[in-house]
Amino acid sequence: MNAPPTAAAGARAADRRTSRVNDFAIKIATVNGTGSASANGMLMQAIFRMGVPISGKNVFPSNIQGLPTWYEIRVNGDGHTARTPIFDIFIAMNPQTYAKDLETVAENGWFLYDSTWPFDPELLSGRPDVTPLGIPLAKLCQENFKGSRTRILLKNIAYVGALVALLDLDMEVVEGMLNEKFAKKAHLLEANRVALKLGGDYAREHFACPLPIRVESLDKTSDHIMIDGNTAAGLGCVFAGATVAAWYPITPSTSLVDGFTKFAERYRTNEDGTRNVIIMQAEDELSAAGMTIGAGWAGARSFTSTSGAGISLMNEFLGLAYYAEIPSVFFNIMRTGPSTGMPTRTQQGDIFSTAYASHGDTAHICIYPADPGECFTMSADAFDLAERYQTPVFVVSDLDIGMNDWMVPRFSWDDDYVPDRGKVLSADELETMEAFYRYLDVDGDEIPYRTLPGVHPKGAYFTRGSGHDKYGRYTEDSVLYQEVVDRLKRKVNSSGTTSPQPIIERQEGAQFSIVTIGGCDRAVREAIAHWNEEGVAVDFMRVRAFPFSPAVEEFLREHDDNYIVEQNRDGQLHRMLLLETDIEKKPITSVTSYNGLPLSAHHVRSGIERKRA
Amino acid sequence: MSYIKKPVARHPALPKNAIGLTVRDYEGSLSTLCAGCGHDSTTAAIVQAFWSLGIEPHTAVKLSGIGCSSKTPTYFLGEAHGFNSVHGRMPSVATGANAANQDLTYIGISGDGDSLSIGLGQFCHAIRRNVNLAYICENNGVYGLTKGQFSASADVGSKSKKGETNEARPIDPVMLAITLGATFVARGFSGDKGQLVPILEAALRHKGFAFVDVISPCVAFNDHKGSTKSYMYTRENYTQVTEADLVPLRREIIAKQVAHEATTVKLHDGSVVTLRCPEGDYDATDRGAAFKHLSELKERGEVATGLLYVEESDSDMHSMNRTAPGDLVAPDWDLLCPGNDRLQSLMAEFR
Ligand SMILES: Cc1ncc(C[n+]2csc(CCOP(=O)(O)OP(=O)(O)O)c2C)c(N)n1
Ligand code: SF4
Ligand SMILES: [Mg+2]
Repeated sequence: MNAPPTAAAGARAADRRTSRVNDFAIKIATVNGTGSASANGMLMQAIFRMGVPISGKNVFPSNIQGLPTWYEIRVNGDGHTARTPIFDIFIAMNPQTYAKDLETVAENGWFLYDSTWPFDPELLSGRPDVTPLGIPLAKLCQENFKGSRTRILLKNIAYVGALVALLDLDMEVVEGMLNEKFAKKAHLLEANRVALKLGGDYAREHFACPLPIRVESLDKTSDHIMIDGNTAAGLGCVFAGATVAAWYPITPSTSLVDGFTKFAERYRTNEDGTRNVIIMQAEDELSAAGMTIGAGWAGARSFTSTSGAGISLMNEFLGLAYYAEIPSVFFNIMRTGPSTGMPTRTQQGDIFSTAYASHGDTAHICIYPADPGECFTMSADAFDLAERYQTPVFVVSDLDIGMNDWMVPRFSWDDDYVPDRGKVLSADELETMEAFYRYLDVDGDEIPYRTLPGVHPKGAYFTRGSGHDKYGRYTEDSVLYQEVVDRLKRKVNSSGTTSPQPIIERQEGAQFSIVTIGGCDRAVREAIAHWNEEGVAVDFMRVRAFPFSPAVEEFLREHDDNYIVEQNRDGQLHRMLLLETDIEKKPITSVTSYNGLPLSAHHVRSGIERKRA
Repeated sequence: MSYIKKPVARHPALPKNAIGLTVRDYEGSLSTLCAGCGHDSTTAAIVQAFWSLGIEPHTAVKLSGIGCSSKTPTYFLGEAHGFNSVHGRMPSVATGANAANQDLTYIGISGDGDSLSIGLGQFCHAIRRNVNLAYICENNGVYGLTKGQFSASADVGSKSKKGETNEARPIDPVMLAITLGATFVARGFSGDKGQLVPILEAALRHKGFAFVDVISPCVAFNDHKGSTKSYMYTRENYTQVTEADLVPLRREIIAKQVAHEATTVKLHDGSVVTLRCPEGDYDATDRGAAFKHLSELKERGEVATGLLYVEESDSDMHSMNRTAPGDLVAPDWDLLCPGNDRLQSLMAEFR
């Protein structure tokens, strides 16, 4: 599990006994398939609606029913919403994991369990600081509800009720949510109300409510939404004008196409029921890649969504799309590898395998969203880049971003946005042309013109993955072959100045810099905030695209001490920075986390402090 | 090997089709295949079929996998977009292209290696999806391009050029396609253009997946004694189960006399395919009966040819998807992007 808290974290824990408003973490342990997800979601939503920043992380097994699963909720009035590895209050609904769960309870924390069944006091012998909170949840539900399924579901609502009392949640907000949720199901509304009250009343009668950890309304979320990155990316693809989607189910990418399908059904359906979209569930990822490429070649904005194993299968096609210059968008929602790995855990392990996918000399444009907000905006960026540069583009997200609910600013859309469809010749343009050559760099910008099937006889050309010259003709001539692959390299590299630029934040008198990527953003920022509290200034850069912008190398060069923070074993970003820039090895140090869990500020600090010691 | 442009020597007397083009307008660059290769005859039949249907060349899309057979799209329809993709994966690329633009005529060229080994999965799933595509498998029982290894269609007992005997059971693409529910299944022989051209015409007109297996001998590696995909063997064991004739809608007035006992199948665009059985009582519109009859012929070592099964309906991949008419390349932006107002009302659902 997690490394023990550092001295600094320990010091912060020391004042946990005193009242800590809007700064604590909850972890709920259940068994999957027991319907706890909606109860946990309700808890999150209530706190969010009270205006208090929050985040939720689902730590779930690769299984459908009967295995341990956890849900982590972090409440932080300052807006730090990265994962935290220690939990002030544990809702222990799974006796199988009691012992393990206790290990992650914060000093002087609380351990809420179901006292319907005997609880071995020995369990707490090593943790006298922890306060047990026993509530006979199953018994209460047994006495008040009929039917085993109902009882199991409402037990979840009963612990939410207890937390409403213990954490001092606004009952009006919770009531409002129930009314919305069960607007059309009066009998369920009543049952849920009763369950909430059962848990709440028991807590108030038996414990001093509220606990020192509690929630107080703020006004810090009214401009925000709670959304997961896959839903956001699916929505982004609808707004970006994607019309063809091909996919093969794989956790954690499936919900992206689910989101796209849902929004396409809503926004792309004509009055007569026909749709301005086609969504194809392929027989495997090879086929999904082929469909995406075929559609991109024929001129549509097309994409596929997958995870590492799928990317491995798509490799042959990726080389074809690179060499034949076919716009196509690939979402890679990374999970823990290698092989099947831990399919329901997060990692940034495919930074290499996307950037250099396929045999031969290749390099692909990759963009790296940090949160669901960027999943939304980068969807449009991806299609623009793919069509402008006529090449596959990866949106490299991960399970944590893709499947967890994140608090992000409300999305907005610029209605003046015009999709960049790239250099595509129209029938009129072709009509007046002497001759068209597919791979000829007419404008001197490394990007040739392309034509679409069905438009004009003069636009016809033969697309092939075999050797071709700049006119698009088959060749086995060394010089003619090289001319094309050299241009391809320059073309893809030139995207570095127009793809999403790195986010750089400099602080006066910075002692070192942190360079990071994707979903590490929030944990790194929080770590920097803690250093700042201690008077240590730190510069920050988050890389957002490959090939790297020139600004990336400049930033690295400015610092004598760059720590590259990422979530994989081998320091893939670190190595790529060494490979792809002229920076020497010495001022760059790798700091990694690859336990499958979202990164925490604690991990960033301890990792960097260890290297600096 | 390099790109050789065919010299255009137009013969003034060449007949013109309905849109005023001659057969030359449907040709591509000069073939680089071995002289006598069956694939070249198939190419000529494809040229003929497109010409006689009067399809504007640039409204056709030709795709292929990898193999000698898959090279052939360069040799026909020089004015159409072509895509020589990767080995065994033409069906997915064709599916994607067709998904993007359903208004064009799609022809996919594959080989027995490309379709029945590396690409077997994609072949089956394109059938299942009923992609509107004429899929031609130029079947020679070997991997031509990699120099003569047995393919999955090689018959038991068939001898390779090196003298090895194949013992593994063959996959018969025709039986497979019928079993999988393909809506159009035919077999021709590259050496019999008279039969092949109308089959190809009907395949191009058919809505949905039209499969045409063409026995197309490889003179370099599989045209010797002992090979069941040789010119000689095919000619000797060739059984024409149906004689097909396509009567496109526009040419109805010159429709030939329909022979006695002929079955006519109306295609979605109104054209009519006429099927005659030279002998026996083959019913190409009854899947079960067709399967049974073909199995019996197969037992006897006969190569059943003709339009073997056809089921005409208006459905294909796009009707299953409820795709709006027209292409999905550049529909009106307002139909695609919901805009900020709708986004803002959606945001309320995420609070
Ligand atoms: C992934 C991959 N594996 C292997 C090959 C090598 N290869 C090229 S063509 C071919 C066989 C083609 O056989 P078939 O489809 O029957 O075509 P034919 O040459 O007989 O017309 C093979 C194995 C390849 N191109 N790609
Ligand atoms: S090797 Fe065989 S299949 Fe290939 S071109 Fe020669 S004859 Fe045709
Ligand atoms: Mg072959």
